Amino acid sequence: MADRKVILDIQGLGIDFGGLTAVNDLNMQVYEGEIAGLIGPNGAGKTTVFNMLTKVYQPTRGKIFFDGMDLEKKNVVDTTKAGIARTFQNIRLFSGLSVLDNVLTGYHNAITYSPVEAVLRLHSYRRQEREAREKALELLDIMELKDDAEVIAGNLPYGAQRRLEIARALATGPKLLLLDEPAAGMNPQETEELMKMIRFIRDHFEISVLLIEHDMKLVMGICERITVLNYGMMLSQGTPEQIQADPAVIKAYLGD
Amino acid sequence: MEFLSYLINGLGLGSVYAIIALGYTMVYGIAKMLNFAHGDVIMIGAYVAFFALTNFGLPLIPAVLLSVIVCTVLGVTIERLAYKPLRQASSLSVLITAIGVSYFLQNGAQLLWSSATKVFPAVISNGSLNIGSLQISYLTLITICVCILVMAALTLFINRTSTGRAMRACSEDKGAAALMGINVNFIISVTFAIGSGLAAIASVLLCSTYPSVFPTLGAMPGIKAFTAAVFGGIGSIPGAFLGGLLLGVIEILAKAYISTQLSDAIVFAVLIVVLLIKPTGLLGRKLSEKV
Amino acid sequence: MKNKKQLFIFDPAYRGRTASFTLVIAAYVILQALRSSGNLSSLFASLLVPVTCYIVAAIGLNLNVSVSGELNLGQAGFMSVGAFTAVCVSGRLVAAVSAGIPRLIISILCGAVIAALFGFAIGVPVLKLQGDYLAIVTLAFGQIIKSLITNMYLGFDENGFQFSFVENKCSLAPGGKMLLNGPMGATGTQRIANFTAGTVLIIIALIIVYNLIYSKSGRAIMACRDNRIAAELTGIHIANTKMLSFVVSAGLAGAAGALYGLNYSTLVPNKFDFNTSILILVYVVLGGLGNMTGTIISTIVLVLLPELLRSLQDYRMLIYAIVLILIMLITNNEKVKTMTKSLRSRFAAGRGADKKEAA
Repeated sequence: MADRKVILDIQGLGIDFGGLTAVNDLNMQVYEGEIAGLIGPNGAGKTTVFNMLTKVYQPTRGKIFFDGMDLEKKNVVDTTKAGIARTFQNIRLFSGLSVLDNVLTGYHNAITYSPVEAVLRLHSYRRQEREAREKALELLDIMELKDDAEVIAGNLPYGAQRRLEIARALATGPKLLLLDEPAAGMNPQETEELMKMIRFIRDHFEISVLLIEHDMKLVMGICERITVLNYGMMLSQGTPEQIQADPAVIKAYLGD
Repeated sequence: MEFLSYLINGLGLGSVYAIIALGYTMVYGIAKMLNFAHGDVIMIGAYVAFFALTNFGLPLIPAVLLSVIVCTVLGVTIERLAYKPLRQASSLSVLITAIGVSYFLQNGAQLLWSSATKVFPAVISNGSLNIGSLQISYLTLITICVCILVMAALTLFINRTSTGRAMRACSEDKGAAALMGINVNFIISVTFAIGSGLAAIASVLLCSTYPSVFPTLGAMPGIKAFTAAVFGGIGSIPGAFLGGLLLGVIEILAKAYISTQLSDAIVFAVLIVVLLIKPTGLLGRKLSEKV
Repeated sequence: MKNKKQLFIFDPAYRGRTASFTLVIAAYVILQALRSSGNLSSLFASLLVPVTCYIVAAIGLNLNVSVSGELNLGQAGFMSVGAFTAVCVSGRLVAAVSAGIPRLIISILCGAVIAALFGFAIGVPVLKLQGDYLAIVTLAFGQIIKSLITNMYLGFDENGFQFSFVENKCSLAPGGKMLLNGPMGATGTQRIANFTAGTVLIIIALIIVYNLIYSKSGRAIMACRDNRIAAELTGIHIANTKMLSFVVSAGLAGAAGALYGLNYSTLVPNKFDFNTSILILVYVVLGGLGNMTGTIISTIVLVLLPELLRSLQDYRMLIYAIVLILIMLITNNEKVKTMTKSLRSRFAAGRGADKKEAA
């Protein structure tokens, strides 16, 4: 790993809610082009880590460096602009918009025409809309959603909604993609396809992926390195083999 | 001394707002709707009390009771006919329906009793209590006392009775309450009944202070009381009480010290400032969304 | 093929827009024909301009309420700002710009811009709030605006403007003119508004709103409505986005008010009270959220309804109220909903079959 560049560097990260410490002293790195995993029992603080990385929550302690940039003073929109994109454990689509429009919102910051140009339908509007539309359709093709482009997102089946969330996240042009339980509610065959898709995305867009997942087959199958959280503390870190052999991890998952 | 008497007058007006605001806030808490017709229930209450006192020559207490009964029945009927079929509808549809009911009541009153203003008889003693140079009218004292009584009775009812407990359960989660065997429709009816009954009491107090009865009488107090409910944190009963009193005091003080014409603008400006500092009102619950 | 796609008008996704423009233009042509042939009663002719004003304000409010998802109960306040701005501007310019049409355009523009500025100033605090709290604050602002205008006195003479508040302290030189007169409002306004101007204004409003909806701003506005957190995490600045829809809506209301104000020789501030805000909201909700064509139709019907019921005299507003309640109850009835749904899908299926046959 030494020759790869660190894209995400988390140092001593922690957050308290009232008197409760949800995450404490977390250290982890994600390298460029890597698929990393964040696992742990329910309530271990995994999603809280994602919320801190995207600045939905402001960390109480510690530092986050993304692509060399300190995120301390950044807000949610800044993190997206910097190149962090995410999906959600409980799907959060723009359910009243079409599938295509959902992806097009991802290009919000890439499209630069002003509202006035849009109202006047100037050339810049038409050109940029056309380009964004082409790119969006390409993304939908990759995520196997092209046929549903005009469908209202809220009417999609569950698995397709999860894929659409990924497509929307990719449209923001991220360097790091955070996936929060992407396989939740999927059957083994769908999960299998999802694994292929995640690998393809990583290679095609040359990005890093950090994912939270309970499906161990998926985690062990595609993650190069895994961090295990328990009660907000880092329990273990290493390759899938190392994690599977770690007695502390086994104890946390299976109980005493 | 002058300030103190303004303050007490403000509390008197605020008590009326508080009683009306309770109707808004309870209905909002349980049915999650803005009942824009509430102000017009006050108007109906005022007319009923007026006719009971003048045409039928009833004494005060039976007249108030009659008004309370009519308003309670009216409130429950409105809920059954107009709002109940819309339980699953969007909140905007319910809002428009409430506006329709409001128009209906106003125009119905105009047809039945004409738009001419009627003078409400002075049934509550217009004497006053003198403490040194401080002069407080009995009417103001009675209004404040009624408000405190209503508040105390309502708090006891909500906290000590099984119906009250069911109401609290419904305001938290109607679905779960129904699964626990609570008859949600009945609870909503009770809420409307209480709110409308209180509106009748408020109407008598209001018309004793400003003795004119006309079809759009409820509109302005309605908006003010609604503002008071939001001010205190809509859905919260102590909030409605606090919001009502504060609104009354601010209104009277603004009239006394700043400008009569601008008092409404000042009241609403204070509301905006409060909401900017506390976005869910003084005693409202914080809205938070889990990510 | 690609070039064809650019002709958005024929794209099925934009059918709503085609319908809106067709409706407005057809209505204009028919009404003008009726009027010039003397078949339009003076009562209806007098309603033409107000209807166009309400339509423009309602289109703006529709952007606010359904596209952006914010309940705005103060649209009349913005109309009021626009109306009195325009009346003052027009009154001041009577001598300088004597021709009606340029003065009308200048006045409406001023009204729209000032109302939009008010929208911006009010939007800063308002848009920090959510749901019913936001609604009550827009209501409060509507009341404040009404209360302020009711207390304003503005006059001008050869020495320039004179302004006073609460009490009329303007002492004008002979030949001077009061533009605003407290609770009396504006009097002696030259009536320069007309139906054609109103129709043009509707078309401009439709172009602005539709072009905004079908752009990155429109997507962002709807994204914020559907899911704030996801929108923010997609890189959308929520405050700016909501502000845009709020300001555009206020600006359109301002333009509508301006036209309204210039259609009457006297205008009192009480005209634009809470009830007017509610009335416009009713047009929007009844027309169907997000449906501009529906908004236009419902505005026309609801403005005309009380007039059509005039023969019923005192009962007309009562019937209006009952109609309002019944429409809400019927359109939200589960049975009726499933019925229309099945009808619609049958219709769509029929059309799909036509397409296949054609192919």
